[in-house]
Amino acid sequence: MSVEAREARQPWILLSPALTAVALFLFVPLLFILVYSFWLRTATGADQAGFYLDNWREALTDAFYRDILFSTLRIAAITTLVCALMGYPAAYFIARSKGNKAILLLLLMLPFWISYIIRTMSWINILGVSGALNTFLLWTGIITDPIQMLYNETTVILGLVHFLLPFMVLNVFVSLEGIDTNLEDAANSLGATRWETFLQVTLPLSLPGLAAGGLLCFVLGAGTYITPLVLGGPRDAMFANLVFEAIITQLNWPLGSALSLMLLAVLGVLVMIYNRYLGMAQLMKGLG
Amino acid sequence: MTKKMDNTTRYERLRERYMNGDLDRRSFLGMIGAAGLAYGVQTPFAKYAHAAAGEVRFDGWGGVVSEAFREHAFDPFTEKTGIPVVDGTFGGGDEYLSRVKASQEGEYNIAHLSGVFDYARYYNLGLASTLNEDNIPNLKFVIPKLVDVFRNVSDGALSCVPYDYGTTGLAYNRKYISDEEMKEKGAKILIDEAYKGKIAGWGDWRTRIWFGSLQTDQDPNGATDMEAVWDAIRAHRDLSLKYWTSGAELMSLLAEEEIYVTEGWSGRIYALQEQGHDIGYMDPPNGYGWQECLFVMKGSPMEACEELLNFMLAPETSIAVAEGQNYPPALDPQQVDLGSKIPTLPAFDPTGTLSGLTFADPAYWNVNEAEWSKTFGRVQKGY
Repeated sequence: MSVEAREARQPWILLSPALTAVALFLFVPLLFILVYSFWLRTATGADQAGFYLDNWREALTDAFYRDILFSTLRIAAITTLVCALMGYPAAYFIARSKGNKAILLLLLMLPFWISYIIRTMSWINILGVSGALNTFLLWTGIITDPIQMLYNETTVILGLVHFLLPFMVLNVFVSLEGIDTNLEDAANSLGATRWETFLQVTLPLSLPGLAAGGLLCFVLGAGTYITPLVLGGPRDAMFANLVFEAIITQLNWPLGSALSLMLLAVLGVLVMIYNRYLGMAQLMKGLG
Repeated sequence: MTKKMDNTTRYERLRERYMNGDLDRRSFLGMIGAAGLAYGVQTPFAKYAHAAAGEVRFDGWGGVVSEAFREHAFDPFTEKTGIPVVDGTFGGGDEYLSRVKASQEGEYNIAHLSGVFDYARYYNLGLASTLNEDNIPNLKFVIPKLVDVFRNVSDGALSCVPYDYGTTGLAYNRKYISDEEMKEKGAKILIDEAYKGKIAGWGDWRTRIWFGSLQTDQDPNGATDMEAVWDAIRAHRDLSLKYWTSGAELMSLLAEEEIYVTEGWSGRIYALQEQGHDIGYMDPPNGYGWQECLFVMKGSPMEACEELLNFMLAPETSIAVAEGQNYPPALDPQQVDLGSKIPTLPAFDPTGTLSGLTFADPAYWNVNEAEWSKTFGRVQKGY
């Protein structure tokens, strides 16, 4: 075998374990889900194999699913915006700090060491009627009766921001770290104020990181299921909760499969748009 | 005595050793990798190994219920017979059925199922075993009415043994709601505007429809005006702070005074009362009665399962479990002396006829299950 042929094969050999894993654990299950989405649920809860378009017709034409999907996208968008507004200054501060950068990054990673469910449930002890915040407000005399703060859309968004903020900060941080600070110095020496330098140099150069963080926050936020269950009220459901209900409560795996593919398709389109204009390289940098 | 350890505990111990510095990182990661490989390789053959070893998997409701089962039934059983019992938990019958459907035959063995309608669903899906009753002599102590309803579903055979019963009644905080007010309003207190934001309910479609029927003065096993029932469910939804999804959440919401009134499971409310909380409990007329059974899945190691069922039905075991989980046992009080605590438990019937309880009729509920569970999902979200 020639050297060129061996070199051409080498990446595939090195990639083969990862490709096998992706094929076995992502594409094959997706194929199963796709096949399932064309089956039907019988009256007893058993599945009827075949090729039926009923689930897809229902998922695509029923206003109920469309409304919940839009509501999910709206919540994910608000969460992403809040993450961006809170995450950018934090990332900027870490990127420009001297000496204690490693400690600040470690602090940023600390929440990942605790289970997501536990982190979500911790808000009950903070915002509950007998939680820390109400207890403090009662103790200081600011309020005379506890305020009902939990179990609404605001607390769902709060829980999502808590979960997703580190993803935003990390992506923006990576982007800011890659900016040559000489560019900022040059802008200053040419008469720009610090604010103008930020607006005309730093922010535009860090936009790919902001976009990558935004994409991650949006996709993860739109696919969440636990947060509305723990922190939401009776009406605060997101699209993933519909998938859960179809599969678990109604034992309707075919409809649940169609719904999950529908969500996957919507989020997939967003990723493709991102990839078209910004490319996946920035996202990989942020994840790395 | 050696306790059966599950994989989570094994992993946690390994991680603890690593965190303590008893294991270097290479060994830790190596062991995790080896465990993953071993799991992947053994999974398809696990059922044969489990069956050969006589190991039994049991799944139940978690919390105080699982603790009672572990302490009073599984550990003594393992000590006596050498057969290990691995116990898991679930949040509800629907969730568990989905897991069983996704599993291989023999992976799950015994489940603590609620209601005859669940028994009928499992039976209709072909998940039921057939018990050899000769191996379960303690079945003779069980209230006959409880056994007969299961036999009627499965053509005279049995796939389970009845184990306990209870009610889903009204639980209320006495600091804010008096006993007199509860008696006057009954199930309608859950749609009382005066308690807006302090009401909750179980997010289970059957329970919501049952209480919706009571709130519209209809027979919960034969409502004729379903639109009125859905309207009552909508009214409850709009006044509710939250739909709870587990017994632990129910207890937490009441204990923390996040809510003042909800429907609740009799045993869990009794546990709250035992903890000193001033929570009242009332079964309204036609309140939701249910019986639970120990259901054996098809493909299970039958002899080991039957031995465990017989052990669990032995009066001393059954009474100890009942006292631990706060639900009356299925034992016939006319045949067995149930001691002093059980007669004080909510829903207890000293006659053994259970004539005072209204159970869900599987013929009525299961035929409407697909439509109603779906409609409830929509109503819950504001439709």
